[in-house]
This record gives sequence, C-alpha cells and structure tokens, in this order.
Amino acid sequence: MSASVRSRRLLIFLGVLLVLAIWLSLALGPVSLPLLDTLRAALRMVGLPVTAAGLEQAELILGQIRLPRTLLGLAVGAVLALSGVAMQGLFRNPLADPGLVGVSSGAALGAAVAIVAGASLGGVPAAFEPYLLSFCAFVGGLGVTALVYRLGRHDGQTSVATMLLAGIALTALAGAAIGLFTYMADDSTLRSLTFWNMGSLNGASYARLWPLLIVALAVSLWLPRRARALNALLLGESEARHLGFEVERLKRELVFCTALGVGAAVAAAGLIGFIGLVVPHLVRLIAGPDHRILLPASALAGASLLLLADLVARLALAPAELPIGIVTAMIGAPFFLYLLLRGRA
Amino acid sequence: MLCCRGLDVRRRDTLVLGGVDLDVRPGEVLGVLGPNGAGKSTLLAALCGELQPAAGDVTLDDRALAHWPGAERAQRLAVLPQQSTLNFAFRVEEVVGMGRLPHASGRARDAEIVEAALLAADAAHLAGRSYLALSGGERQRVHLARVLAQLWPGAQGQTLLLDEPTSMLDPLHQHTTLQAVREFALRGAAVLLILHDLNLAARYCDRLLLLGDGRPQVLGTPEEVLRAEPLKAVFGLDVLVQRHPERGHPLIIAR
Repeated sequence: MSASVRSRRLLIFLGVLLVLAIWLSLALGPVSLPLLDTLRAALRMVGLPVTAAGLEQAELILGQIRLPRTLLGLAVGAVLALSGVAMQGLFRNPLADPGLVGVSSGAALGAAVAIVAGASLGGVPAAFEPYLLSFCAFVGGLGVTALVYRLGRHDGQTSVATMLLAGIALTALAGAAIGLFTYMADDSTLRSLTFWNMGSLNGASYARLWPLLIVALAVSLWLPRRARALNALLLGESEARHLGFEVERLKRELVFCTALGVGAAVAAAGLIGFIGLVVPHLVRLIAGPDHRILLPASALAGASLLLLADLVARLALAPAELPIGIVTAMIGAPFFLYLLLRGRA
Repeated sequence: MLCCRGLDVRRRDTLVLGGVDLDVRPGEVLGVLGPNGAGKSTLLAALCGELQPAAGDVTLDDRALAHWPGAERAQRLAVLPQQSTLNFAFRVEEVVGMGRLPHASGRARDAEIVEAALLAADAAHLAGRSYLALSGGERQRVHLARVLAQLWPGAQGQTLLLDEPTSMLDPLHQHTTLQAVREFALRGAAVLLILHDLNLAARYCDRLLLLGDGRPQVLGTPEEVLRAEPLKAVFGLDVLVQRHPERGHPLIIAR
C-alpha cells in the first residue's frame, strides 16, 4: 500500500472517529440521551427538517450543556495537538511539548494570580469572574512565551537551544510564584486553584467559547500552510534556509501560533497535559513525519482523543466528575514511557 | 556565477577568513583544501549566506546574495552541510524530494528527478527505507542526492556547494560520489567542494584553492597547487609528488 493511500485512509478513519466522538460526547453524561434522539436533535440544530416531536428535553440539554462542552473539547484537543506538532517541528525533536516555551506555566501563573488576587480583593463581580480568569491565563501564557522568545534571540537569530533552557528556567520561576500564591491562598481558593490546574471542560459556555474557537480556527488554517516549510525545518535550520524558506519568520510564526493556541486552550479549560505530546507521536507512527498529513491528522486525532477522555472524566465516577487532566495524564504518561522504551530497544 | 570579492569573515572580533577573491565558474569543479581550522567551512558558510562577511561581498549572477528571494536563490544554489541532524523517520525518497521544495515542477516530474538523483548518488537501492535506519555513509549519499535533486539536471547558472561530501564514505563510494559531481559539472553547473583527501582532489577537481590560516595561499590547477613546497608550508607535511601512472594527475605520497 503506497504512503499516500495510507495517509488518505488515516484521514478518513480519523474523520469518522471524530464524528463518532462528537456524537457520543453529545449523547452521554449524567443524563444520557438516546443516540438516535441526539442525532435528530443535532440535525435539527443545524437546520435540517426533522420533526421536533419528543425532542424538547434533548434539545435543551444539547443546546445548553453538551454542545458548548463538545465544541470546547474539540477546539482544545485540536489546538493542543497542532501546537505539539509546531513545537516538535521547531525544536526538531519528536519529544518536544507545547509547554517547553513556557506557555502552560505562564497561563497557570496568570490563573493563580486571578484566583488568589480575585479572592483576596473580596472578589470581582460574579459576571466577570470567568472572564478574568481566562484573560489572566491567556495573558500569562503569551507573556511568558514572549519572554522566552526574547531571551532566545541574539543578533537577529533565534537559538532554539537557548529558548529551551529559558523555557525551563521560566517554568521553574512560574512554578515558584504559583507555589507562593498557593501558600497564601485560603481553603476555598486553594480548591479552585487545584482543580483549575487539573483541567476540565466543565462549565463550558458560549461566551467563554468563542475566543477559543476563533483562535482554533486561525491556527488550524494557518499551520497547514507551513507544512512544507516545517518538513524542510526538520532537516535543520540552515538546510531549510538553503531550500529557500525564511526560517526566522517561520520560527516566529510557530512560537506565536503555539502561544496563542495553548494560551487560549488553557484559559478556557485549564491545564490538560500530554495531548500535545502524544497525539502527533501517534500519528507519526502510522503516517510518517510529513507535515502535510501530520497537521490535519493530529488536529482530528487530538479533538477525538480529548472528547473521549472527557467522556471518561464524565462517566467514570458519575455523577461526580474527574478532572480531565488526570485522565489525559493517566493515558498519556504510560504511553510516553512506552515510546521511550520502544525507542531504546 | 557565484563570486566573492575581498571577503573577510570575523567570528567574535577574530578574523577567521581574510582577503578571499573567488569565482565558482560554470562547468568546473573547484576544490578547497586546507588543514583543520583553516577557514574552509567558514568560506562555504559565507558563500551561501549563512555567515555575514565583515567586509567584501558575495554575488550570485551579479546580484548580492542577500537580495535574492529565498526560493529563487534555492533554485540556483544548493548546499550540502558536513553533517545533518535529521531525527525523523522520513523515507529516503521523501528526504531527497525535499530538494524539490523550491520548485513547482509537479509531482510526476519531481518523482522522476528524485529517482535520477538517487541513481546518480548510487543510493537508488535505498528507496523505500526509513532514513533513520541508514548508516552514516548511506545518509550522506541520500543528502547528496537531495542537493543534486534541488538543481537537477544541473545547468549553467547553477552552483553546488559541498562540505566534505566524502567524509563518511567507503573508498568505492568516494569515487562514485565525486564522479557523479563531475558529471553534474559537465552539464554546466558550477561546483565548489571541500575535501581532505589530496589525491581525490587531484583526480576530480579542475582548480584547487589551498587555504591556510584563514588566507588563500595558492589558487590554480592541481598541478600548480599540489606541489611539495606549498603543501609543506600549509599542512606542515613532507610529501613526494609523483604522476599517476595511468591518468597523469599528481599523486601525493606522505614521506
């Protein structure tokens, strides 16, 4: 079977998987809806002529709870996986993670500031609270990444090795600052801080969703345009330059896309690990490292995996909910170890 | 044609290369020789725009190298670095196919060129294998095929810069590789390559540049450059120079 046939089959398979994941994510939960009703209600919502008989409850649950949550999962999963591809390309290392440039820890710091400072100021008006948290997380993520990028630049060149080390240092610094905030926090603040750090798709609302959807759309449209340049970059920075690509601009775009994407994802759903690391890896094992396939396939697979992980989070201890970060880490960490051991063998 | 005039390159205030005037002429293979640290790779980096010269200029077809748009420059100038750090499991023909990225010649034509370039680099039998599964020498030949594909079939107005293309090759492939490079030049391309083996240089190069201490020492035909005195002066090595019994080019023997 030729490589292009295999890639096409993989994309079709992932597309079908994603549709199934969306369907299940809409149907299952504390109140499970019949799969057929879910499908009918979903079709009605996109404007197809389906009889409304007996769908009132399904439409209400779908519209108010399940659909925003599913869209959130979809966008977060796709963006995290795409950012993973971008970072692994930038660092030319298949084990790189979006967190390497400091965006996750910066967002976590921003969130900690919002939660703790918000609480100690006697609270911001309730209507602003979710926005304040998202906003601070987003700004924190972008800010730390900008600093990492700035530290990596010297004489008009960006050294990814310096960026890597600067990312490690700033992540440690952000960790210390978060620790300080945690130490100062009272019990209830501590609780929300802890839960936020474990990530959740709970409480998704359209108002918090749309900034992320815009960012996700922009990143998923932009990165595939750079697929050929990313392929060349894997050869080496000079090699990519010799092949006619503007490497400095490419690096800037990759960092920017990652900061924007992961910043928005973390702001909307908290810290969710391993999707950005594991998904591109998995796709590469099947379809090879060509970014023309890797990028779209990773976006599809990341979205599916996050939706399925969210289903586990929702259903495992129903009606209670597991933080989704725990689920992705429980799947992702053993898989990462498997990759390490497999590479050594 | 790729030219440089009055080229000086500094690294952290130290002059590592000074006063180089060079034309890489169409249809010729120009070899650069010199001891470790003589500035060979620095020269190559300056000629392809990786290093900014402190003085002097580098032009490609009478236009400053920096003023060329990336893709157009890449259609005329290809560079093979000393070693590659590719760490992803591309298939061999995908790696060679990257040489076609600056072109819009279509998938069918690109596939033909990749095949021809692999054949020229004696790597056709590696097609279909994962790059990561190859040995060092095989990888080197795959990258040679990649830069050949970038300029394929090689014509006047195109320049190929090779940094020690034979460093990891067995004796047979040192010769097949340089023979392929020669044939590339015969079709009109200009080739500059860095070599360490004086006898390979004598056999396959039209002109040689001997660098010592960051300065050009001798530039001329192999007969003019490969003499006992300049080699002693630059390498500190005592040699006998004979004639190759069958081919007539200089044969260098260490005393």
